[in-house]
Amino acid sequence: MPAVQETVEQVRSIDVDQYKYGFTTDVEMELAPKGLSEDIVRYISAKKGEPEWMLEWRLDAYRRWLTLREPEWARVHYPKIDFQDLYYYAAPKSNPAPKSLDEIDPAILETYKKLGIPLREQEVLAGVAPENRIAVDAVFDSVSVATTFKDELAKAGVIFCSISEALREHPELVKQYIGSVVPTTDNFYATLNSAVFSDGSFVYVPPGVRCPMELSTYFRINEKNTGQFERTLIIADKGSYVSYLEGCTAPMRDENQLHAAVVELVALEDAEIKYSTVQNWYPGDSEGRGGIYNFVTKRGDCRGARSKISWTQVETGSAITWKYPSCILRGDDSQGEFYSIAVSNGAQQVDSGTKMIHLGKNTRSRIISKGISAGKSQNTYRGLVSAHRRATNAKNFTNCDSLLIGNKCGAHTVPYIESKTASAVFEHEATTSKVSEDQMFYCMQRGLTQEEAIALIVNGFVKDVLQQLPMEFMVEAQKLIAISLEGSVG
Amino acid sequence: MNAVTPIRTAAEQSLISAYAALRAAGAPAPAVEDLRAQGYSRFEASGLPHRRVEEWKYTDLRAMMREAKPLAGAPDASTLLAAKVAVGNIPRIGGSRLVMVDGFYSPELSDTGTMPDGVKVTSLANAIVGRPEIVARLAGSAAAQANAAFALNAAFLTDGLVIEIAPGTDVGHVLDLISITSAGEARLINARVLVLVGEGASAGIVETHVGPAGTDYQKNVALQVVVGNGATLEHGRRQIEGDQALHLATLDADVGAGAHFDTLTLTTGAAVSRSQLFTRFVGENSKATLRGVTMLRGRQHADTSLLMDHAVPHCESKELFKHILDNEAHGVFQGKIIVQPVAQKTDGRMMSQTIMLAEGPAMDNKPELEIFADDVACGHGCTCGELDPDLMFYLKARGIPHGEAEALLVEAFAREAIEDFGEGPLGVVEELREAMLATILDWMRARA
Repeated sequence: MPAVQETVEQVRSIDVDQYKYGFTTDVEMELAPKGLSEDIVRYISAKKGEPEWMLEWRLDAYRRWLTLREPEWARVHYPKIDFQDLYYYAAPKSNPAPKSLDEIDPAILETYKKLGIPLREQEVLAGVAPENRIAVDAVFDSVSVATTFKDELAKAGVIFCSISEALREHPELVKQYIGSVVPTTDNFYATLNSAVFSDGSFVYVPPGVRCPMELSTYFRINEKNTGQFERTLIIADKGSYVSYLEGCTAPMRDENQLHAAVVELVALEDAEIKYSTVQNWYPGDSEGRGGIYNFVTKRGDCRGARSKISWTQVETGSAITWKYPSCILRGDDSQGEFYSIAVSNGAQQVDSGTKMIHLGKNTRSRIISKGISAGKSQNTYRGLVSAHRRATNAKNFTNCDSLLIGNKCGAHTVPYIESKTASAVFEHEATTSKVSEDQMFYCMQRGLTQEEAIALIVNGFVKDVLQQLPMEFMVEAQKLIAISLEGSVG
Repeated sequence: MNAVTPIRTAAEQSLISAYAALRAAGAPAPAVEDLRAQGYSRFEASGLPHRRVEEWKYTDLRAMMREAKPLAGAPDASTLLAAKVAVGNIPRIGGSRLVMVDGFYSPELSDTGTMPDGVKVTSLANAIVGRPEIVARLAGSAAAQANAAFALNAAFLTDGLVIEIAPGTDVGHVLDLISITSAGEARLINARVLVLVGEGASAGIVETHVGPAGTDYQKNVALQVVVGNGATLEHGRRQIEGDQALHLATLDADVGAGAHFDTLTLTTGAAVSRSQLFTRFVGENSKATLRGVTMLRGRQHADTSLLMDHAVPHCESKELFKHILDNEAHGVFQGKIIVQPVAQKTDGRMMSQTIMLAEGPAMDNKPELEIFADDVACGHGCTCGELDPDLMFYLKARGIPHGEAEALLVEAFAREAIEDFGEGPLGVVEELREAMLATILDWMRARA
């Protein structure tokens, strides 16, 4: 059956021509020379005042990158990117490393205000209940301009700062963990990122600490012809807990801009990381002009026993999305989760999904993915669930639904399910009645049709997760939650 | 950029020389020469498929086919005699029996006495002479043409069968088609069968693929099916090849308007096998059901890859595949449903289920959907696991021994795919269902 009217309207309200964050900020910027070479890598490293080993690490990645070819397997089509026609570093000229908010260019502060991101702690404190406070790291093009609540977090022992600062202040931690989840040799874009990453966030939560507030990073691309390459590294030590949010927007331009990020999560024994993303990069116009090319490598390593990593993503932006937040379930009894809502409009192309790699015993994973495509967009779910021979009693449940609005778009599902152990139980959308027989029975007994019952259960499930997003990120998410699953397929 | 010169494996080199020899010997008709050349050029361009070719990701043919056996020639009198004995030992299903030995149709071994009027059976070598419409059909669909196994089959196209069922004919019984490989030196068997079911006709065909144990012969067969408007075809397939065989089979089917196509494959044989099903709706209001049961043990490898193309509106397809894996067997299921932009009101349901009976097997699933129309119902599912311990406990608590309890549950699991087969207007395939269930039970008994 086709999508219901209400859904069509909901999706329309976030169509590409409704993009609200397309303004530009006029700030004088300092740019590295255009193009990519060993010198640029050295330039970036020197700008950041990095230790020698980091420069070597970057150069290794760069040399490796020269030998790699761009991946072509994803269902996305775009003209070849000229990697020599980009600026790999762009920082506000006024003060690239401000010590306090007063030193930041007021135009930048204004930008974040417009985006609804509070950078002044007192503004945040006023009239907001303490448990709703969020610490923000604001990244503007290639640099982090501000990080809030650092002192308060430090009291709890939590390190939250930009990765450049972490390289200066806590090099031993960075050295120990960087590249341990996404090695420099991982893939074309991750290798590129390793060579030229300019900023991003670093989080370390010490053993047994429950991070006292939500952490978040807000990425803003502003400058023309630049690529943004941020690197995020989050380490949750034994028995700790952290919830992290990521938001992103960019100005409206006719040109395409490249964003190639790497996110690495490490959860040690009994630790839990919750990583949420509201991705709202400029999607280009309805004809497909402009927009961000989003090629992102996100991976979490449940390294310790009983650890847990949960990815939640709300994807509405980008001309091209190529991203597969994954979990390596290495520790015994570890858990991975992936909840995703991807809405594509206009001429957007989304190829996204997850990988759940079960290595440890009794590991569990759950994948819930909703893809909604409208306009002329193509929306693909691509996912892998695999169980290693040693991963006895591994369990996975996957449910991915797609919804099409109009017959000019496409919705595709490409799941890979690989099992090498008999005791692993994998269910990929295995008949809805089997998924939650009791719930279905309960709903249908009360007069709901099967479809209504499914919609209720799945929506209820996703809602449960998204409701945990803080208010700043809720606006988009709320709209999406309201989208009914009626008429969905596969 | 420098031109890339591919390094040919031993198998590829043998295939290249085999083609050259075949070409030198000449083709039965110029049109066949063209078909062969087209197939060969596709093979020459890409070589044997390997794991970097997405469609062959889990079945690395280049690694699994270390060498290519010499192409089998037409059987001589002694071969036919030996084959006759072997064929005689296979219980007949249905009324008429058609036999192919080493890929060549053998009228002597066949029994077409009870064949009703309106059914014409010709060897492929004879059928293509002076019949361009048959030759045109042999080219196959675009999906099949792009496929490496089908391209190789075309390159070595020599014989097989053409079965034509006149419009309105009700065949009334099953055509029992045996494809047997003779004992002796291992060879590469290549055969093509074309089945044309005329408008409003109905027929049932059962293919049985057998061969000697202990020989690593290779077989690459293709069955092309055209189900005319309003016609019904029920197709059963038993792959019980010898334990060391390599078996590649392609089914390429066009389903017309208001037609019904039902296919069921039981796979227990061969060391390495791949069954490919390319099915396409070419007329509205049609229905296709693709089913299969695969039972593997030892280090057997079996791949089922299907492509269901909903090219027109108002069609319904159901795909149900069951895999039962023991020891260190490797099962593969790759399914893809495409719903074209015009194919509104499509109903497609794909399911792949696996039971592992030991710790060692591996199963790779890829149930894919590609949807371009918005008013459709499409689903895919996939499950993988061991026998439900609760059910086992229930049965054992009632005094049923372990092995029997397993057999009972496996039978129930497989039955789901077999039970509804042939429930269409024909309903003449009861014998096949029984034979398949018997094979499943024998397989389970052999475990103990």
